Amino acid sequence: MTTDSIPVRTPDARPGTAPKKTGKDTAPRGRNRALFRHPGAGRQHHAGPVAYILLGIAALFSLFPLYWTMVAASTDNTRVTQTPPPFLPGPHLLDNLGKAWQDAALGKAMLNSLIVAGVIALSTVLFATLAGFAFAKLRFKGRNVLLMLVIGTMLVPPQLGVVPLFMMMTELGWGQKLPAVIFPTLVSAVGVFFMRQYLTEALPDELIEAGRVDGAHSLRIFWSIVLPIARPPMAVLFMITFVHAWNDFFWPFIVLDMTNPTVPVALTQLSAGYVRDQSLIMAGALLGTLPLLAMFVVFGRQIVGGIMQGAVKG
Amino acid sequence: MELSTLNVMEWVGFDNYTALWEDERFWNALLNTITIGILSTVPQLLMALGLAHLLNYRLRGSTFFRVAALTPYATSVGAAALVFTMLFERDFGMINWMLGLVGIDNIDFENNKWAAQIAISTIVIWRWTGYNALLYLAAMQAIPRDRYEAAAIDGASRWQQFLKVTIPGIRATIVFTIVLSTIGATQLFGEPLIFGQGPNGITGGADNQYQTLGLLLYEEGWKNYQMGRAATVAWAMFLLLIVVFVVQRVVKRVLARRA
Repeated sequence: MTTDSIPVRTPDARPGTAPKKTGKDTAPRGRNRALFRHPGAGRQHHAGPVAYILLGIAALFSLFPLYWTMVAASTDNTRVTQTPPPFLPGPHLLDNLGKAWQDAALGKAMLNSLIVAGVIALSTVLFATLAGFAFAKLRFKGRNVLLMLVIGTMLVPPQLGVVPLFMMMTELGWGQKLPAVIFPTLVSAVGVFFMRQYLTEALPDELIEAGRVDGAHSLRIFWSIVLPIARPPMAVLFMITFVHAWNDFFWPFIVLDMTNPTVPVALTQLSAGYVRDQSLIMAGALLGTLPLLAMFVVFGRQIVGGIMQGAVKG
Repeated sequence: MELSTLNVMEWVGFDNYTALWEDERFWNALLNTITIGILSTVPQLLMALGLAHLLNYRLRGSTFFRVAALTPYATSVGAAALVFTMLFERDFGMINWMLGLVGIDNIDFENNKWAAQIAISTIVIWRWTGYNALLYLAAMQAIPRDRYEAAAIDGASRWQQFLKVTIPGIRATIVFTIVLSTIGATQLFGEPLIFGQGPNGITGGADNQYQTLGLLLYEEGWKNYQMGRAATVAWAMFLLLIVVFVVQRVVKRVLARRA
């Protein structure tokens, strides 16, 4: 994979530089949306009824399993296992949520996931911004080699490191403990690359020069000049990293156990037959997804913009 | 390395690799990984392309459609797999009920090999189609408008414009998504594990009918306590990835030469 195959959109795509647009602009409006604007007018055809119908079907497919999770979680076990399956919510939602919360020990899992995802997202944003700034604007020996090394780590599948990593964590006495999940992912190459792409374009060299003339050292420049400019992509990186860390499964499943799980690990317990009640299983699945769904309801537009702006994954 | 317990290491040369080569379960898992990979990746990317095309129209409520498309991405693999396990349930699952409406008998999505692999692929498709569609959409919106105008002047229909302007315009992104989903497919783990419901989860069904390399790695390392063997599976996964990319490169070059 070469770097030019990564569709990171750079923030210079402001309306002024973009190709001409027609009167009605489909680009988002509002104060925070400048980041998510895209160059090029693309296709400007109005959607016809067929397009709306197809999109409606797509939205239905996307949302229905979640809706049905709620429906199943609100009925009782006998109703769920009858045909035709229920399509409307029943009266037992809160009951089942409460039971599932206890059966799957979700309280602890939620707290663990919050800690894990929060710490990973914060540290990824911090380190990715620092490294992104260095790779974008500082001149030092071996910069390009180091950058290629960082990007190269994206190509190595995490499975390759799992066995030695597990031995390391056991050696450190971190088996079944949260640091074992947090420490290996404190920063991601994708995050570094994402921030570098943004800062290369968005941070004018003159500002740094001016700071240097005033006698500021690199950290001071980072604090007073880079951070304020990098805030929008930092927010995007935070949210996307949070989602990934919350949903990460393979490594937490290996290194944690049911006495101290994250949410996805705790959810496997629901499928493992300890909980027989189908509607309780669905209640647990619903609980495990709710925090992220809430985040999507509030920040959905920003997350969509962030993903479209720079392919951040992993 | 022979690593049945963590502190006892013994040099065994390539024994683990020859054992892997002769292990039927390895070939089974490799084949399953490939078939599930194809079953999940190809429809996923094609549907994402169509969805992106639709989202690229001028729309009312475009934010709603975009966020809706991305919602499955926010669902953790555990929750998604649990829901789909129930939807694909043999006796009371909604999918079998709907198939029943059109006169198809209940399918045993758990024990029938291909049905199970399709069900697992469905989970993957559901979770990642919207994400890929948004990547395509971003690339589509960066295509300069005058290319479409030029094509229209040349008398290209909407479909021809899609083929000759849109697809070439987002080629880099298509390659990128192919790379991402291929990586994801070789590592597939959570979906088959949870779909398998508990004790059968790691083995990928009673007859290993949907055990992927990811599951085999886990089974060797953390059920059979054969860390060395687990590591050989990990290397096989990496190798598979490299082979896929080499093949892709070669195919691309051959196609380019023909064109």
